[in-house]
Amino acid sequence: MYDPTVARLTYRGLLGRRRALILGALPVLLIVISAVVRALTGADDQVAHDVLGGFALATMVPIIGVIAGTGAIGPEIDDGSVVYLLAKPVKRPTIIFTKLIVAIAVTMAFSALPTFIAGMILNGNGQQIAVAYTVAALVASIAYAALFLLLGTVSRHAVVFGLVYALVWEALFGSLVSGARTLSVQQWALAVAHKVSASSLVTSDVGLPTATVLLIAVTVAATWYAGQKLRALTLAGEE
Amino acid sequence: MSTLSIDHVSRWFGNVVAVNDITMTVGPGVTGLLGPNGAGKSTLINMMGGFLAPSTGTVTLDGQPVWRNEEIYRQIGIVPEREAMYDFLTGREFVVANAELHGLGAKAAARALATVEMEYAQDRKISTYSKGMRQRVKMASALVHDPSLLLLDEPFNGMDPRQRMQLMELLKRMGAEGCTVLFSSHILEEVEQLAAHIEVIVAGRHAASGDFRKIRRLMTDRPHRYLVRSSDDRTLAAALIADPSTSGIEVDLAEGALLIQAVDFGRFTALLPKVAREHGIRLLTVSPSDESLESVFSYLVAA
Repeated sequence: MYDPTVARLTYRGLLGRRRALILGALPVLLIVISAVVRALTGADDQVAHDVLGGFALATMVPIIGVIAGTGAIGPEIDDGSVVYLLAKPVKRPTIIFTKLIVAIAVTMAFSALPTFIAGMILNGNGQQIAVAYTVAALVASIAYAALFLLLGTVSRHAVVFGLVYALVWEALFGSLVSGARTLSVQQWALAVAHKVSASSLVTSDVGLPTATVLLIAVTVAATWYAGQKLRALTLAGEE
Repeated sequence: MSTLSIDHVSRWFGNVVAVNDITMTVGPGVTGLLGPNGAGKSTLINMMGGFLAPSTGTVTLDGQPVWRNEEIYRQIGIVPEREAMYDFLTGREFVVANAELHGLGAKAAARALATVEMEYAQDRKISTYSKGMRQRVKMASALVHDPSLLLLDEPFNGMDPRQRMQLMELLKRMGAEGCTVLFSSHILEEVEQLAAHIEVIVAGRHAASGDFRKIRRLMTDRPHRYLVRSSDDRTLAAALIADPSTSGIEVDLAEGALLIQAVDFGRFTALLPKVAREHGIRLLTVSPSDESLESVFSYLVAA
């Protein structure tokens, strides 16, 4: 199911100079903001909750998920270099699964780790807030990577659609329409984080059983469907 | 030894028919897929390579379907026309990765790089390669598993004459060793130098198939049109029309030239300078007026 060569090609493509800079920018910003906020307000649990919930989980994690998830396959399909993977006796689901693992690892590294560091800076993990949001970022990384990898497989405009989902659906609709929150990776991740950390500040609109089922269902379904789409991927000629 | 069979294959994109009911069999040796730009060659090669499903018809390699069949790539090597190829890797890393995806190792990659004579630049990033070097590394990646079918889409594009000759020799050698090699080209001379057997595609249709010489004869035997300017057009016209190699001459007063239709290409090209010398006429312009490939191909389709 996992092909080390596909993984190597994927992470080297993902962590190329320009994309690595984009991936690194938001985490650096988060840590800088956290340091400034800590210097200005001191250790404050509510502030830590606001920064980690409002910026890290609601904005940074999905954007990094979009970059890593779509970037794990989208550019190869766009420029046609995916032909070198497809013209091999390697099962398409193996290619997708491997790329998913890489996308998850990169999303986790660039979102969960900085979230933990920011949490420690903000209030030294008071009320388990840093751990809670780190767990949420880890869980969300899996679902985002799977969703956006599928998007990168089926659409040439994956980054745009991904950002629309991440910023409009999750951030905007999520705060305005309560129903939208049920269908939000962010809320599912928070449900898991709430259970793990037992922090009273970290809450979710979705119950843990629902969140768990939806997280697993979305991840598995998106990965399976991406594998099917890759099997029938058409490389149009240049004529 | 592999045989690729294309059976009543059509492919359309919306209302546009790119490939129209083509049936052909490609066997061991070198076959040229010849046709003008936009004729449907790449679409056909994509279907042969399993990257595009035919709208109707089937493509099989030794009886096995090519579409949605990953295992078929143990036998197929593909050199795509597109340039993109993991530019952040070195040539060696790229070919090694291709070998690994076939379950092979660095040894196979080294052999393939040696075959295309790219060892000297194998540790440079692909992004620094010239078009010809990219083409050779693509070739190495396609050869790494000793395929029995090699598909190449416009492989000579961007190559200098020396690289072109090297690749031609390599393909000839592979063909002679029993590999089924099919390459596409819109340049007649390329196909002529390399392939004994050609398939001609024009406007998505299979226009001609078979021995190159036969098709070349069809091409050269068609009426040729020339535009000729000389020091004495009318005397030249009178002398030329007396010969059966010429079927019609028009004096174009506006252009100040003769428009000559020749039916015997070989004889006419020998006759023209001879007649001019005999009559003391100076030839100022001799240019074929319908030598574009499209007109050659259109003639073939009509033939």
